Amino acid sequence: MTTLRTSPLISRETTPLGPSLRSGDHPVLFEIGSPGLWGASLPESDVPTVRREAVVPKELLADVPPPLPEVGELDIVRHYKRLAHRCFSIDGNFYPLGSCTMKYNPRINERVAFMPGFAHVHPYQDDADVQGLLELLYRLRCDLAEIAGLAEVTLQPAAGAHGEMTALMIINAYHQSRGQNRTKVLAPDTAHGTNPASCAICGRQSVSIKAKSDGRVDLDDLRSKVDDDTAALMITNPNTVGIFDEQIADIAEIVHAKGAQLYLDGANMNAILGITRPGDFGVDCMHYNTHKTFSTPHGGGGPGAGPVAVAEHLRPFIPVPQVIRKDDGTYTWSDDRPQSIGKVRSFFGQVGILVRAYTYIRSLGCDGLRDVSEKAVLAANYLAAKLKDRYPTPFPPPHAHEFILVPQFGDSGVTELDLAKRLIDYGIHPPTMSFPIHHCLMIEPTETESLATLDRFVEVMLAIADEVEQNPAVVKSAPHTTPVRRLDEVAASRKPNVRWRAG
Amino acid sequence: MRYTQLTDPQVHDMLGVIGVDTVDDLFSPIPPRFRVKGELNIPRGVSELELLEDTHQLASRNRDCTEQVCFLGGGAYDHFIPTLVDALAAQSEFLTAYTPYQAEASQGILQLFYEFQTMVCLLTGMEVANASLYEVASAAAEAVLMATAITGRRRILVAETVHPDTQRTLAAYMQQQDVEILTVPVRDGVMDEESLKQRLTDTTAALVIQSPNFFGCIERLDRIIPPVHACGALAIVSTDPIAGGVLKPPGAFDADIVVGEGQALGIPLQYGGPYLGLLATREKYLRKMPGRVVGMTTDLNGDRGFCLALQTREQHIKRERATSNICTNQGLLAIRASIYMAAMGKHGIGEVASRCFDKAHYAAERIAKLKGYELRFPKAPFFKEFLVRTSRGVDAVLARCRDRGILGGVPLGRFDERYADCFLVAVTEKRTKKEIDDLASALDAA
Ligand SMILES: Cc1ncc(COP(=O)(O)O)c(C=O)c1O
Repeated sequence: MTTLRTSPLISRETTPLGPSLRSGDHPVLFEIGSPGLWGASLPESDVPTVRREAVVPKELLADVPPPLPEVGELDIVRHYKRLAHRCFSIDGNFYPLGSCTMKYNPRINERVAFMPGFAHVHPYQDDADVQGLLELLYRLRCDLAEIAGLAEVTLQPAAGAHGEMTALMIINAYHQSRGQNRTKVLAPDTAHGTNPASCAICGRQSVSIKAKSDGRVDLDDLRSKVDDDTAALMITNPNTVGIFDEQIADIAEIVHAKGAQLYLDGANMNAILGITRPGDFGVDCMHYNTHKTFSTPHGGGGPGAGPVAVAEHLRPFIPVPQVIRKDDGTYTWSDDRPQSIGKVRSFFGQVGILVRAYTYIRSLGCDGLRDVSEKAVLAANYLAAKLKDRYPTPFPPPHAHEFILVPQFGDSGVTELDLAKRLIDYGIHPPTMSFPIHHCLMIEPTETESLATLDRFVEVMLAIADEVEQNPAVVKSAPHTTPVRRLDEVAASRKPNVRWRAG
Repeated sequence: MRYTQLTDPQVHDMLGVIGVDTVDDLFSPIPPRFRVKGELNIPRGVSELELLEDTHQLASRNRDCTEQVCFLGGGAYDHFIPTLVDALAAQSEFLTAYTPYQAEASQGILQLFYEFQTMVCLLTGMEVANASLYEVASAAAEAVLMATAITGRRRILVAETVHPDTQRTLAAYMQQQDVEILTVPVRDGVMDEESLKQRLTDTTAALVIQSPNFFGCIERLDRIIPPVHACGALAIVSTDPIAGGVLKPPGAFDADIVVGEGQALGIPLQYGGPYLGLLATREKYLRKMPGRVVGMTTDLNGDRGFCLALQTREQHIKRERATSNICTNQGLLAIRASIYMAAMGKHGIGEVASRCFDKAHYAAERIAKLKGYELRFPKAPFFKEFLVRTSRGVDAVLARCRDRGILGGVPLGRFDERYADCFLVAVTEKRTKKEIDDLASALDAA
């Protein structure tokens, strides 16, 4: 085996050229600059200065502007440059973060989103001024309906969790239109945390159903819990342990028999694009995470978008306004949906993100989307196969686009957290940890990585397994190459310091 | 195929390692009857050049604000964005990172959010802030849910002068929760303080008010908040962060929760999103706050570092008992806003706010003097936006402006019949005296 070198993000050692970039040495914004500096400029005022006290009650006027930092332009550039250097990113590192679909974010998406005709239009401009944008949104909503195999899509929700909430509101409105107020929502205990949290936001009680040891839904448990008071089952398929639950038709039947709705958390759509469609396997309603599946970037935690697709019977309830195509071929917004749940946010949605999603879908097309899922699933199964001797998977193959490991390090005392942190030393972002089951790592390589990258990951994982046997201390004390060592996260919550205070 | 890098021979070898014959075998758990037969009804993929042509063609059918003069507001504003914002926010270490759960590999973004939280506190006059919510309307809904949790009460008052989208969003959220909403009517462009007092009771959880409000008018927070507190309710104030350069921030009036639309802080208009939901509150409510929060801490060596703090409030730990369901937030927009606030700084934010204030007042004076136009709320103080009433037909006069390349204002009839003869004019620091004079003459000629 070739020798693997750890690849420092930023060396913590002092370099011959000067001080290192240890975090403690890197000032926060409020420690740099000098009074009187600013990093921008404005033209001289060309209108008379209004005496503020003459037009606004003096009780409401500020004496001085808020004490924002005072820093010159170059030092601002350096500040943010240095901060950028202290981050892992897809562009810089393999990022197999399960459930998050950290695939390559094509540059073209950014270029298109910043075209002035998309970036600099005001939400209250006349429809006639934004026909191109409305057509784009209309095409996108049709494409997303087609990929889902469902009747209609709302583009309004801001992210996956917001989509879940919107969908539950739609489902509630549907039941209420039939004179029912159903108060329970079921979800497998392996569901993402947003699923039960969205139930709570919607005032529903979330009830968890068991997963069997093979990761599939326990149908008996499901049968015993769905009743006339059940609004919906929220399911993720392929599920969060990376398995397509082939009992899906039975699940749908059990749920529908009680008049409940089948909701799909679409976070894992990257595994099934163009291969199977949720609407075809019995789903009534689902959300997308455009920032995962359609590679609108994650941006350090957002923004995303969470379009919701619904079956025919749920169409009357989706948010307004909806972008529509008129008979004369022009596009507009329609508020005409008397049973709609209303609005879940301001304006129309995360339009700049939706432009990126459109660009991505057009770029790949039906053939490319299918290829995405084939390669994503291939890559995950390949890694699982290569790793299985040292890192067994609790759930048997075939896997979908991601898979789960539960590292067994015997009595070395090394934990999955240590393994995760050690990966950072090798320049690899840790997989998702301890979700959806304790002590696991969830690995999602995505379709965009090369074979060389996948193979290096395997080598690194095996090298760390060797380290655990030969030198567990180096793993337990990882990371060693980052600007800071392991952080005291407990103290950060026990005695929170969440803002800078001078002095 | 675009964006993938596995060649056919490699695919063949990988299948061999896995021990299956075809890629299709990997999808065996999907019952055949659910398989897509043939292709989805979506056009096939195209090259980058064709894609640029397609998207350029769509983009060019929009008349954007760089080729017109924009006086539109109503919650989204054409403010100046310094070059630094685009240049520094586009760094792909920010663009292509996930939520900073792995602190050691994400120190840059974590520190940035810590600085963001601090600057939001400075602009709102509050003690603590989170690392962003989606946008202002859902942020207001989150604030109300927070207030109901804090007070244990389930009735809220909402000023009629709050942005209509925020009101509608509140209605959708609160309907789920059986939280009752009472509206406090408008009087002379601001919330009627007498009506507020009549509606406040010891079952009121919170008042939601916006200042400057939807009509651009400045509310009397100094007089409004004390009676709210007197009956044990919380004051939730929605604000424009730019206004803090001229007006006292809501924190100065003892607001309990401040929300805001951060779009004005360096975020392009983008037809309404993605924008930036701000939320700030009192330190004592920190553990009730929705959304991610970054804290400063130390590492093994005692060096300063940053990590996500108070995660036990969040959905991935607390599930149905979380303070909110939010997961993905508006990270990249918080990054933009941070760079904007850093670049503008104390001096710049004061300058921007003053220019908006002076230019809006100049424009209001010009327009009010025109025949057939008047200020709808002449008595109410305003910041950068004001409501104009015209006897000449709103659609007609705005169409005339458009012919001259001027986006003259937002017609309010679409929100409320009572304002069918009114339009809202916003004036940012970008507008010149000449552009304002051109607007006035376009209106005059209409
Ligand atoms: C399975 C699953 N469901 C829901 C979500 C929530 O989506 P978002 O973060 O876009 O709100 C996520 C991602 O974080 C997820 O992985």
